[in-house]
Amino acid sequence: MRHRRGTATGSAHWIVFALLLAMAVVYVFPFVLQLANSFKTDSEASLAGMSLLPDTWTTAAYRTLFTGSAFPRWFANSVIVAVAVTAGRVLFGSMAGYALARLEFHGRQAIFAFVVGVMAVPGVVLLIPKFLVIRELGLYNSYLGLIVPLLVDASGVFIMKNFFESIPRAVEEAAYVDGASVLRTYWSVVLPMARPALMSVVILSFQGSWNELSHFIVASSDPALVNLTKGVAQLVGGGLGAGNQYPLKLAAATLMTIPMAILFFVFQRRIMNASTGAVKE
Amino acid sequence: MSATNVTNRRRTFRKDAVGWAFVAPCVIILGVFLLIPILMAAWVSVSDWTGRGSPLASGFVGLENYESFLGKGGLPTKDFGLSIRNNAYYFVFVVPLQTVLSLGLAVLVNRKMLRAKAFFKTAFYFPSVTSTVAITTLWTFLFSATGAINAMLEKLSVDGPNWFNDPRGIFHLMLGNPSAPPGLKQSEFLGVSLWDWLSGPSVAMCAFIVMAVFTTSGTFMLLFLAALQTIGEETKEAALVDGANGWQRFWHVTLPMLRPTLFTVITLGTIGTWQVFDQIYVSGHGSPAKTTLTPAFLSYQSAFVDQQWGRGAATSFVLFAIIIVFTILQRMVTGSSDLSKEKRQRKLLRPLRWLKEKQVAS
Repeated sequence: MRHRRGTATGSAHWIVFALLLAMAVVYVFPFVLQLANSFKTDSEASLAGMSLLPDTWTTAAYRTLFTGSAFPRWFANSVIVAVAVTAGRVLFGSMAGYALARLEFHGRQAIFAFVVGVMAVPGVVLLIPKFLVIRELGLYNSYLGLIVPLLVDASGVFIMKNFFESIPRAVEEAAYVDGASVLRTYWSVVLPMARPALMSVVILSFQGSWNELSHFIVASSDPALVNLTKGVAQLVGGGLGAGNQYPLKLAAATLMTIPMAILFFVFQRRIMNASTGAVKE
Repeated sequence: MSATNVTNRRRTFRKDAVGWAFVAPCVIILGVFLLIPILMAAWVSVSDWTGRGSPLASGFVGLENYESFLGKGGLPTKDFGLSIRNNAYYFVFVVPLQTVLSLGLAVLVNRKMLRAKAFFKTAFYFPSVTSTVAITTLWTFLFSATGAINAMLEKLSVDGPNWFNDPRGIFHLMLGNPSAPPGLKQSEFLGVSLWDWLSGPSVAMCAFIVMAVFTTSGTFMLLFLAALQTIGEETKEAALVDGANGWQRFWHVTLPMLRPTLFTVITLGTIGTWQVFDQIYVSGHGSPAKTTLTPAFLSYQSAFVDQQWGRGAATSFVLFAIIIVFTILQRMVTGSSDLSKEKRQRKLLRPLRWLKEKQVAS
């Protein structure tokens, strides 16, 4: 009896494994196809999209992107914006998170309620409003207009606040007893302790601003300020010249995914924890 | 006034100043780029601003902009009706599919004896970190007429459709795509005939539905996994001792304990599915035949393309209201938020008692 049960769970185990493996193939295969087809000729990609090895290998798509389009510029803009936004979100998010978790001041509850309320507003309904304000402030068609509105993210404040509430007060109190100011304590005692939470905010911020599209659509119309998501969206919509040009589009999609893929594989464990921690319940 | 009182006051003032200084950047940016914009857009939605000069200098027109697409008939009403139909079907299909799939993946990946757990988690989560623009680009390739999806369907002897160019609704297709019965064709709601309301998502929209499930199931799987890991081994063991089999354990013990997470996932799914914008912008701006038009994209298009700023802003407020109503409805239906912790715990233990009683009875 005991033995039979053992083999039954054993085979169930293998069925589950096979099922998961099949699912994993479904999830990964599209990206393999994307990579393979970016090295094909236009006609081969259109007619034989399923083959994993190109008949004729060509880097034409990548060459066109780098020499015949504004792709390098888009890439540079994405990097500039993502770095600036990440820096801002880490600094401002940790400051606000610390104040909300630890400092006592009048209006703290109100500010917390404000942050929570703001989080509840769906981003898509803010497109027109954001454009209006960016224009009124004279930030339209400038890097500031691309960056400043994204500098604070309520969920980053949340992550930091939760983290500061979870660590003991003893270390900070020792610093205060020694006569350190709040700013000094925050900067040289609290922040170094907060590295895990800061990393989560860094990853989420970089990912968020790298993948953002709608904000950049409404914040500028200057070709020199186009970033990757907007540039590739235009490329897919209009293309460069005639035909489907799948290799070109897929090469662009591949290149814009690579930084995210690197970030993902380097910080895998943390990313998977961060994304569950960031969810507002 | 005594000296200590003054020092005390000075100290509170100092504390307030420091606290406010720390939250100031955050409050200013959220205020200027979220709160003020909402107020400004609220004004634009009841004004006749044409996109020139300051919106604050434009005239008040009451609810005219709202009426222009909610009541008046004509093209704006029809576009709005279509966008609601499209997005409603998208919501109805995506939310259950993504919830069930992510829950299934989480339960399977959470099995104690499973090998290569980290690999599976990575594989399922990877699509979630890539941008919608990149995935949509890939999708237009995979779902093209001669693309990979149709090549696979061909191997199964199925003639695949020309996905992103096929406006036919799948419910109509299931009926063999007949011509509309006159009764359903004549009655209209929001400029769209009842027959068209019942079309189901278009073939093109189905490709987007698959995409949404593909890119969100990994994130939601992680949420379920985190919740599964906090369910104590004791509870499982208790159920095991009671002799429950795998399915009973899942249905009567695990699932009730996952209720809060289930609630979160469904809420996030609902909010997310009513905000479809990026993929529509990248692929076709609502084509074919406006069957992938969504309210979020329509709002953008009215304002930025057609220069109907008032109507665009009004559309986004209606969308906002839809999202709020759906979230509240959901809260009422699933109703887990109003349970106190104690009540919830008692509720969680109920299935165990039920199992025990069943055991005794048999």
